Amino acid sequence: MARIELKQIAHSYLPKPEAESDYALRRHDHVWRDGGAYALLGPSGCGKTTLLNVISGLIQPTEGRVLYDGEDVTDLPPQRRNIAQVFQFPVIYDTMTVYENLAFPLKNRGIDAARIEARVGEVAEMLELTPYLRRRAMALGADAKQKISLGRGLVRSDVAAILFDEPLTVIDPHLKWQLRRKLKQIHERYHLTLIYVTHDQNEALTLADQVAVMVEGEIVQVGTPQDLFEDPQHTFVGYFIGSPGMNILPCAVEPGAAVVDGQRIPLDGRLSDKAGTVQGALELGVRPEYLSLAESGANGAVPVAVKRVEDLGNYKIATLSLGAHTIKAKLPEDQDVPGEQAFLTFPPERTKLYADGRLVA
Amino acid sequence: MGKWEDNKAWFLVLPVFVLVAISAIIPLMTVVNYSVQDIFGPGERYFVGIEWFEEMLANKRLHDALWRQFLFSGLVLLIEIPLGVLIALAMPKRGWGVSVSLVLLALPLLIPWNVIGTIWIIFTRPDIGLLGVAINGLGVEFDHTAAPLDAWITVMLMEVWHWTPLVALLAYAGLRAIPEAYFQAARIDGASPWAVFRYIQLPKMRGVLTIAVLLRFMDSFLIYAEPFVLTGGGPGNSTTFLSIYLVKLSTAMDVGPAAAFSIIYFLIILLFSWLFYQALQNVGTGDRQ
Repeated sequence: MARIELKQIAHSYLPKPEAESDYALRRHDHVWRDGGAYALLGPSGCGKTTLLNVISGLIQPTEGRVLYDGEDVTDLPPQRRNIAQVFQFPVIYDTMTVYENLAFPLKNRGIDAARIEARVGEVAEMLELTPYLRRRAMALGADAKQKISLGRGLVRSDVAAILFDEPLTVIDPHLKWQLRRKLKQIHERYHLTLIYVTHDQNEALTLADQVAVMVEGEIVQVGTPQDLFEDPQHTFVGYFIGSPGMNILPCAVEPGAAVVDGQRIPLDGRLSDKAGTVQGALELGVRPEYLSLAESGANGAVPVAVKRVEDLGNYKIATLSLGAHTIKAKLPEDQDVPGEQAFLTFPPERTKLYADGRLVA
Repeated sequence: MGKWEDNKAWFLVLPVFVLVAISAIIPLMTVVNYSVQDIFGPGERYFVGIEWFEEMLANKRLHDALWRQFLFSGLVLLIEIPLGVLIALAMPKRGWGVSVSLVLLALPLLIPWNVIGTIWIIFTRPDIGLLGVAINGLGVEFDHTAAPLDAWITVMLMEVWHWTPLVALLAYAGLRAIPEAYFQAARIDGASPWAVFRYIQLPKMRGVLTIAVLLRFMDSFLIYAEPFVLTGGGPGNSTTFLSIYLVKLSTAMDVGPAAAFSIIYFLIILLFSWLFYQALQNVGTGDRQ
């Protein structure tokens, strides 16, 4: 078990990085709490895997230090860090049986046969691999192979953290949730630090207590799924989490209101005051869930044109236009939506302001 | 759709059928035809049944050539496969070194086979050849035209120089196709370089090595041009391999025995290729229940 600390960590695949865009991983500090279950969420190519490989030691970071429980391990190779990693495609040793696969990391570390047998037995029992122990690993399905990869990490009793790099990508959907539940069980039983890379927000939100959202080589927010939903610290988090994502509209700010295409949208007074003190392009963000339709333009409701309404069973998604901008609103299923013109209420306490993508608070 | 007999699709198969007939079936049947007849001249031939086969199978010189051939092919596989794999493991994985080493390796494969024989004749000549002079200069008597062992060493050297690159290229392709995650997982599992080779690289190269073994076995078993140019089968009969002996037979106008011999030769290659293929397909895949 370990607390993993990243200090001023940055990585570039180029020999001589200059501009900030040369970095696959932008310089930052981060602490992964001991025993925490984290999901690392972000679009493809945002640096998730790079970050994971820096933690496991497969990549030497260009800058910064990696600390396990306060001890600097930056220069240690992966086999000397107490870490296990499960990859996107199951890695198994073709010519070995399941038992030999699971015993491999222990054998390499010169552990005596009796202890290996006990450990492998225990791990196989937990992963429900016992009936297959004497079989060739190659002949098994992708889910069993992925369990073997995981098992090779778990057999080592000294393992501090397990890193997962999109491990369920090649698993059939109906087996996915079984494996996911297994992972949760393992986490509860061993209290390992768990970092789970994924680009699937459902997977991230169901598996982890803390979700780190990454974009362009940077962790932009870490929080519980609820934090990410209610308080996106970055427009990307707003857009990436939730379906449909947050509405982001470029705006200007006046006292007590944001102005989008000449329409005044009421803002929290504190927020509009603060907007004057920050630099950068301002944007207004509001979740489709928090928007509601109003009878008239009273109480700050804004006139919008209705473009499309999709009925998705237990709710409706209305696509509306405010000037040149498109807004999506998630409405209750019994809500009547007028054909052309409607009025939209933006709740001031739920309406956020962003400057250059970052939350103004 | 018509019935299968009068289906027009048969016309589409016809070109392939004609090609295969001309390139394989007709020549093979001609050889079969020769192998069961005694031919004295145009229009003068007698059916002799399997007499030629019996004679050939009892032929002492054929036996000698056959054992020589097995020894040669065996040595070729024993040297070229491990050496090729070693070269492939040592080759650079990225950067300019890749293209340089690929080109250098491919060079011997591009040279016409009889030119290779000529190159090695000159290279090993005791009076003017670079290698021949160097070895004799060290005080070791070396002359591939006089001593059978020297002839064998020269033929083996030439063969290894000529064909190991093919094995190396195949093995390299096999190695490059292994996903990076295997090596990363092995590092995390604390595997030694030997364990990485034994449990990842070697099993993943099974496919390409099967092809390498089959190609090298068949080719070396059929070898003709290079030793023929280099030694002409000598000194004595010490480097007379099967195909050299076969050509000696057929140019002596013994068409019948030569044809019978060709068929035996063909069957041996077929049998051994099949055995190698089966063995390599099954190695390390059986369930150890």
